[in-house]
Order: sequence, then structure tokens, then C-alpha cells
Amino acid sequence: METLHLDLPAIQDASLNPRAALYGVVSSGNLEVLVERGHDATRCVFEVQTAAHGFVEVWKAVLTDFAARHPVGGLSFAIHDAGATPAVVSLRLDQAFQSLRGA
Amino acid sequence: MRGLAQSYREALARLRVQALLDPDSFSEWVDPAQRVTSPHLAALEAPVSFDDGVIVGQGLLYAHPVILIAQEGQFNGGAVGEVHGAKIRGALLRAVRDKPSAVLLCIDSGGVRLHEANAGLIAISEIMRALFAVQEAGIPVIALIGGTCGAFGGMGIVARLCDVIIISEEGRIGLSGPEVIETVKGVEEFDSRDRALVWRITGGKIRRTLGEATLLVDDDIAAFSAAAGEEVGARPRFFKKRRLTPAISLQTLQAAQQQLSARAELDAEIRDGQVLWSRMGLGDQVSLMSPEQFNRRLEALES
Repeated sequence: METLHLDLPAIQDASLNPRAALYGVVSSGNLEVLVERGHDATRCVFEVQTAAHGFVEVWKAVLTDFAARHPVGGLSFAIHDAGATPAVVSLRLDQAFQSLRGA
Repeated sequence: MRGLAQSYREALARLRVQALLDPDSFSEWVDPAQRVTSPHLAALEAPVSFDDGVIVGQGLLYAHPVILIAQEGQFNGGAVGEVHGAKIRGALLRAVRDKPSAVLLCIDSGGVRLHEANAGLIAISEIMRALFAVQEAGIPVIALIGGTCGAFGGMGIVARLCDVIIISEEGRIGLSGPEVIETVKGVEEFDSRDRALVWRITGGKIRRTLGEATLLVDDDIAAFSAAAGEEVGARPRFFKKRRLTPAISLQTLQAAQQQLSARAELDAEIRDGQVLWSRMGLGDQVSLMSPEQFNRRLEALES
């Protein structure tokens, strides 16, 4: 298991009212994302636990891209990954964010 | 929530929970944010899940209070580990205290989580004991089976202890799964890759035929919900009331034993649902019958 902690600058969408919510499932090539309220409205925090070793740089690229594409300031994302590809990670994060917006 | 057909089989457990119950009525216990995850998986450096693969809580089913337990088949095959099992047991014991109209048990599991060995086995026996306590308190336990993993191993046994089993044609019940049987006894005994054969032996239609499930429903979350609603008296009953487990007494146990002995003596040619169905006069139409037609035909044959 490899863990990664990432704290990125992000803008906030004050209209979002995040309740802790879980998206996705831990199965082969998939991941789950737990979205919670963070401590700082100008930052977005990621905690990743992944079964695939040696992909820290790829994770950083995918998460930085996600944090730049969405107003995720003030949110925290905890991820349990079972070897999802970068595209799947991006997709799940987008889905989690969209559901947050819809709720 | 109860609009377009939504496959029960394809849905994740969280979606099933939302769509089975009245909108926004569900409140979860030991929710994912509490991070009660498996210490055994962590020790093995295997991925854990925030809910350990099972969702427990309370909600409303057609305005009737129910306790709901839903296994996530996609996480380690819905297998029961220590935390997973403790959550199920806790929810069952809570039912004894809170007296809901029913407990809905959405089984989607291959059985014990082998990574957790004895802890998983003990969890299964604790679930069984708690389930008896719920029934002793007069609260029906309704199993819903329609996920990709079916109900196998320890959870196959747990399923058969329930008062009612609502199953889809895609749902399965068994003890050893097809692949286990093939591995142990050889492909001549059971070809686990022959999907049609697997379903004619473990699938929803044969289980209902043998009286091991009480009702067949479409692979649609709303159909499962409506059938469970009938069981709690929230909706008019469509088919005759059936119970898997009569009150346990010496007489009922002896009767069940007799039934099993009679079944063991069934003609050895009946190794497949198809043979049984043709002997019952259902011919080869069974696979084409809708759940409603199938329930009707069986009800007519049984009366």
C-alpha cells in the first residue's frame, strides 16, 4: 500500500454544501472517493491510499488537474484505490464533484 | 426514485439503498466518514473500504420503518470480514430493540472473507444468532438477492434462515459456488463456465421452484422494493403469502428433515432445473416466462 498526501490551492464555490459522501467502490481497477468538508476554503486536500506502487507523480498530475478544473476549495477527498487507471481516477473524481453539485 | 426501471444487478449497494427506500429517508450507522475499516486487510496491505463493504441503517419503506443491511458485492465479492460482520450483527440486534416493521437484508456475497479467516467465520455465526433473535422478537427478515455475487457460502446459509427471500432470475443461492465445485470435483461434475447450467442449478427460477425462495421479481430495484413493501403490509399482496421458516419446533424441524430426505431420493436423473421443469409440465418455456407468469404458474401447480 502506498499513501500520498496532497494539499493544493483551489478556489471555492460557496454554494456547495458538502455532506460527507462516498462515491465509487474499491474493486480491481476502480476506487472509492470520500468527500468531506476541509479546514481551509482556499485549499483542497487529497489523501490517497493505493495498491499500485510507484505512481506518485501520476497521482499528483491527475489530482492537480482535477483541482484546477473544479472549484474544490474547502473540500477534502479521501481515496482508496485498487489500481485504477488515471482516466478512471479522473472520471470518479468528476462524478463525485458533479454529485456534490447536484445534491 | 421509483420511476424508470433500474437494474438491481448493475447498481452499487449505495444506489440500491437509495432506490429501495422512500426518498431521503435512509440514515446510515457507522457511516463511511467514521472510517471503521478492516484491520485484517490493512495488515495484509490489501485495499480497504470506508464502509468495509456493507451499508447498515434505518429508513422508510412505503412509510414503514425498516432496518436495512446492504452488502457491496464489488468490494472483495461482498465477503464477510470482522467489521463487515459486526455491522450486520449490530444492525440485527438494533432491530430487536427498535422493533421496525422488518429487516431488509440485501445479500450480495460469496461468503466469508478468506483474508480474515476465523474472524469471518465467527462473524457469520454471530449473524445467524442475531438473525434468530430478530425472528424471536417477531420481526420478519426479508432477504433480497439479485446482485452479481448472489448468496453463497455462509451468506447462502444466512439467506435460507430468513423469513422471506425475494430473488430475481439473475440472483443465485448456493453453498459452494460453481468454481469451487469445479476445482474440487472436476469439470465433469460442474462446468462453472457453462452460465446457463450454473443458473439452472443456482439461479432465481430454480430456487423459487424448489421452495427455497419465496418470490421471483424482475431485475429492477423498484420491483424488489414493491415486493418488500407487500411483505411489510404496505402494499396489497399480489401472490400468496409464503414463509421459508415456520416457527421452529420439533414438529417443524422433523417435517423439514423429511422433506430433505424425500428430495435426496429424487430421481438421480434430475441434475438440472430443466429436467425438473419438464417433469412438472412446464416444458422448455421456463426461460421465456416473465417473473409474473412464472410465479403464477408455480402458484397454480402448488395449490
